[in-house]
Amino acid sequence: MKKVQFKSSYSQYLFLAPQLGILLIFLYWPIIQTFRDAFTMQDAFGFGTQFVWFDNFLFIFDDPAYWIAFKFTIIYSFVITLITASIGLLLAVQANNVMHGKSAYKTLLIWPYAIAPAVVGVMANYFFSERFGLLYHLFNNLWGFNWYESVFDSYIYLIIAGSWKQISANFIFFLAGLQAIQRSVIEASMIDCKNSVRRFWTITFPLLMPTTFFLIIINITYAFFDTFGIIDTTTIGAPSGETRTLVYKAYMDGFRGLDLGSAGAQSIMMMFIVLFITIFQFRYIEGRIHYN
Amino acid sequence: MTRLITSGFSHFILFIGILIMIVPVWMIFASSTHTGLTINTHGLQMFLGDSFYENYMRVLLYQGGFFKEITALKMFLNSFIMATGVAILSVITSLMAAYALVYYRTKYATLLFWIIFVTILVPLELRIFPTYSVMAELNLVNSYFGLIVPISASAIATLFFRQFYKTVPDELLESAKLDGANTWRFFVDFLVPLSKTMIVAMLIFMFVFGYNQYLWPLLVTSSEQYWTVVMGLKMMSGSIVHRFAFVMMSMVPPILIIIVLQKHFIKGVFQDK
Repeated sequence: MKKVQFKSSYSQYLFLAPQLGILLIFLYWPIIQTFRDAFTMQDAFGFGTQFVWFDNFLFIFDDPAYWIAFKFTIIYSFVITLITASIGLLLAVQANNVMHGKSAYKTLLIWPYAIAPAVVGVMANYFFSERFGLLYHLFNNLWGFNWYESVFDSYIYLIIAGSWKQISANFIFFLAGLQAIQRSVIEASMIDCKNSVRRFWTITFPLLMPTTFFLIIINITYAFFDTFGIIDTTTIGAPSGETRTLVYKAYMDGFRGLDLGSAGAQSIMMMFIVLFITIFQFRYIEGRIHYN
Repeated sequence: MTRLITSGFSHFILFIGILIMIVPVWMIFASSTHTGLTINTHGLQMFLGDSFYENYMRVLLYQGGFFKEITALKMFLNSFIMATGVAILSVITSLMAAYALVYYRTKYATLLFWIIFVTILVPLELRIFPTYSVMAELNLVNSYFGLIVPISASAIATLFFRQFYKTVPDELLESAKLDGANTWRFFVDFLVPLSKTMIVAMLIFMFVFGYNQYLWPLLVTSSEQYWTVVMGLKMMSGSIVHRFAFVMMSMVPPILIIIVLQKHFIKGVFQDK
C-alpha cells in the first residue's frame, strides 16, 4: 500500500461511484436474481413462482445430460489448455531463440488473438463441412472421420477449432515471460550446464511457472466461457448433446426450454466451480512457485 | 555452427506456426474472391479469383436479416459504436475506481476491494438471463446503451490500473501536494498522463472484447437495427462466397487494431518499461 494517501472523504466515493453503480445494477442485481431463480420454480401456467429449496439442483444432478456436459467441459478445458500452452511455449522459446526477425514473428503470431470465437467457429465450419471441408476429407480418408455421428470426431473438431486462436495468447504471454528472465541467470546456467534441453527444463521452465499458472487459468476460463461462440457456430452440440459445455447447456435450457430455475441452478454450480479453481490456484499452487 | 543449426531449427518451427495461423484465413480470403459456382464445384481455393469487388460490394450493401432491414455496413457501424462505448466506459470507470482504491486511506478498503474484484469470477455468461430481465425492466433492450453497459461491468481493467498505480513512486503525490494539487488535480494532471501507456493498452483490450461479443448482442437485440457484425454472421443469408467475404471483413477491425497498436498493447499489459 501507498505510504502517502489522501484521507478518506466523500471525494473517494465520487471516484468509485461510476464503476460501483454499474456493477451493482448490471452485475450484483442479476446475480441476486440468479439465486432467486435457482431456488424457485414457475408453476405450470406461469402465474407465479414457488420456493422449492434445492429441487432445481437435485433435478440437474439427476439429469444425465448435465453430467455429459460436465464431462465434456472438463475434457475440453484440459485438452485445450494442454495443447495451446505446449504449442504456445514451443513457439515462444523459438522466437526468443532467434537473433533476427523476433518482432516480425511476434506480429505474425499475435493477430489471431483478436478474432472473435464465433468468427473462428464459422471459419472452422468451412474446413469441417462434409461438402468441401479439407480437414473433413483428410481425416475422413485417414480413419473415416464423421463428426455428425461420432462423439470422438466431434471432440477433435471442437478441439482444433477451440485451440487455434488461443495458441496466440499463450505465445504472447510465454514470450513476455521468457524475456523477463534476467540475462545473468541464463548466462550463469550456460556455464553450469552445457545441454540446452536439460538447461531449459531445470532452469528456464521453473522460472516460467508464474506465467504457466496464469495461462492455465486464462485457458480454462476461455474453454469454459469463450467457447460458447465456437460451439454455437460449429457442432451446436452434435452428435446429440455430447459437445455442449456447461455454459452452453445452461443457455440452451434457459433460452430454448425457458427453464430459468434450472439455468439459474446450473449458473450457480458454474460459479462454485470457478471459485473452487481460483481458490485452488491461490492456496496450493501460487505458494509453491518461485517468482524471480 | 551449432548456433546456426539451432537458429535454423527455430526459424523452421516458427514458420510452421505462422503457416498454421495464416493458411486457413488466406484460403477463406482467396475463396471469397471467386464465384459461388467455383466453390461448389472445386471447393476452397488457394489462389485469388476475380470477383473480389463484386462479392464485397454486394455483402456491404445487401439488405439482410429476416425483415431485410439491415446491411453489413450498418452492422459494422453498430459494432464500432458498441466496441468504442465498452472501451471508453470501462476504462474511465476503472481508472477512477482504481484511483480511489490505491490513493485513499479508508477502513472499508478491504470490503471495497472484494466487492469490486470478486466480480471477475462471474462472467456475463453466468448471469445472462437475469441480466436480460434487468435490461427489460429498465427498458434498455434494443438500444446501444443495452449493448454497451452490461459488457462494461467488468473489473479487469481496474485490476491492471491498480497494479500500475502501485508502481508509481510515493514521491509523486508528495510533490504534487507541495504544489498544492488537490485530489482531482493530482488525478487529472499527474496520474492520468503517467498512465497513458496502460490506458491505451486497456482501450485496445476492451475494444476487442466489446467487438467480439456474440452471445449478449444475440440476446439483447431483437430489432435488426442493432445487430452487430459478429452475431450477424449467424444471421446473414446469401451465397457461400458472400459469407466468406462477410467473415473476412468481420475480422479486419480487431486484427488491424492489434497489429497497428501492438507495441502499446504489449507494453501496457506486461508493464514493460
